[in-house]
Amino acid sequence: MSRFARFGVLAAGFTFLYAPIVILAAMSFNASRLVSVWGGFSTKWYAALLENEPLIASAKISFAAAVLSAAIATFLGLLAGVALARFRAFHSRMLFFGAVHAPLVLPEVVLGLALLSCFVAFGIGRGFATLVVGHVTLTMCFTTVALLAALRGCDPTLEEAAMDLGATPVQAFALVALPQIAPAVASAFLLAFTLSLDDLVIASFATGPGATTLPMRIYSQVRLGVSPQINAISTLLLGMVALALGGSALVMLLGKRRGL
Amino acid sequence: MSAPLLSIEGVTKKYGAIVALDGVKLDVGAGEFFALLGPSGCGKTTLMRSIAGFETPDSGAVRLRGEDLAGVPPHRRPVNMMFQSYALFPHLDVFENVAFGLRRKGEKEGAIRARVSELLEMTQLAPFGARRINELSGGQRQRVALARALAPKPALLLLDEPLGALDRKLREETQFQLKEIQRKTRTSFVIVTHDQDEALALADRVAVMRGGRVEQIASPIDIYERPATRFVAGFVGETNFVEGVIARDDGLAFATTFGRLPRAQCALPEGARATLSIRPERIEVAREGQGIAGRVEDYVFRGEYTLLRVRVAPDVVLRVGAYDGRFAIGDDVKLTIAPEAGVLFAAAA
Repeated sequence: MSRFARFGVLAAGFTFLYAPIVILAAMSFNASRLVSVWGGFSTKWYAALLENEPLIASAKISFAAAVLSAAIATFLGLLAGVALARFRAFHSRMLFFGAVHAPLVLPEVVLGLALLSCFVAFGIGRGFATLVVGHVTLTMCFTTVALLAALRGCDPTLEEAAMDLGATPVQAFALVALPQIAPAVASAFLLAFTLSLDDLVIASFATGPGATTLPMRIYSQVRLGVSPQINAISTLLLGMVALALGGSALVMLLGKRRGL
Repeated sequence: MSAPLLSIEGVTKKYGAIVALDGVKLDVGAGEFFALLGPSGCGKTTLMRSIAGFETPDSGAVRLRGEDLAGVPPHRRPVNMMFQSYALFPHLDVFENVAFGLRRKGEKEGAIRARVSELLEMTQLAPFGARRINELSGGQRQRVALARALAPKPALLLLDEPLGALDRKLREETQFQLKEIQRKTRTSFVIVTHDQDEALALADRVAVMRGGRVEQIASPIDIYERPATRFVAGFVGETNFVEGVIARDDGLAFATTFGRLPRAQCALPEGARATLSIRPERIEVAREGQGIAGRVEDYVFRGEYTLLRVRVAPDVVLRVGAYDGRFAIGDDVKLTIAPEAGVLFAAAA
């Protein structure tokens, strides 16, 4: 294949994947109110965002829920990873392995509906707490998979050596295993953070009045028509996710440099 | 030897149907260099891990200075281990690797610095304190592992195949270093190895293991010259096994298919079937004169000697070490086996 053709295929691929996003980002700088007409460069929609209090409130809720649920999911994922990687064979190990991985392929609508019926059945009032619980359920399988892989790649004899040198089992894990999987822990956290930040389905089932997330707010406003303000907030959201993913890649790279 | 530092008393360990250790009994004295030698799967590693506390014996006791170690977790045992893979901490530099055990003991910073410097000096690693583990050669890593295990001044140091990952040249050099460090620190070393040369070169006493049992415990010279069982004779060094029958009619002798071999002593009765284990270098070879007639079938030049394969009977080929003279395939030679050379084992019933 000629160089030109190869470049063409690549360009077509990237266009297919990213053109809509580029258009969205470009339109957020559109001075015109009409989405389809370019009226010159402007940042007024970003300025208008700061005035839009419901949107700001939703952004705060989304951010807080993402940080909290990612922290919990990373911690639980670490525990599940340790159980699966270190404890040799316990009964129901396969069942646990499957149960942890199932939400990866479970339809989100089903998971959301299940959470909703569960909250209703137990009479739990829906709000910020149930939103966090829902997102932990969604993201924990991803953090478990990432941390399990990291723990499997980390030699258990290192922990034995630490214990042999006088470290208690907990110290051995904290001082020897944890520093080695630290890049994976960071990237698992960032992955859970981005998943929670842009989740719409689970959030709409699990949350209640007073805790409307940013994607929910955007979705409900789009139904009334796409405004350039929505383009602006979406671009910011996109930027944050890109930052998190970039940070995760950077952490992994630095870890490799250090020979871990 | 006064009261033993370490005593293993009838230790048995089973994994399902597999018996890893079967009533092992042995003692290691203070300041002794002890080797556990055996083929893979003989239980030597399981025994070492039981001493370190990573395995729990099903029965029997592991005692250190008379105290039973049952139920004492690895981090509270005054025993350190040098792992076969070295198990160095990749996120710490050389200094912190060596200091790890001292920090867990909660020693003062000054004392830690002094002790680590002393060990880095002893292992010729002084300039490498700030290096990371992935910046070291194999030999340097091996020395870091040794320094780290010695740092907390263990009563006993366990070494799992310490030279296994080194190339041949480095191995010999390291053998001398290990011996010197052991002498200097006056620490008891227990080395686990499948390499008989290593065990014979390093240890004061060697325990040869097979199938979870101890076959013989003796000094390297006795293991080599006076093997207690046919297995020990075959595992340690090269040997010939010659089948035959004890004859006492005309002076004590061992009757084989290629002739009568006079023997100095033997406890076996007349007519008993037995096996003679005789080392290649214990068979004297000459061009002519008295002796067992044979023909050179093949030879291998080994540097300090030439190993000949000499056919002495249609079904018997002996390996003979010839220290001088050149031999060619097809040469007729005379072999002599001294009455006191080699060891006789009664044939298994």
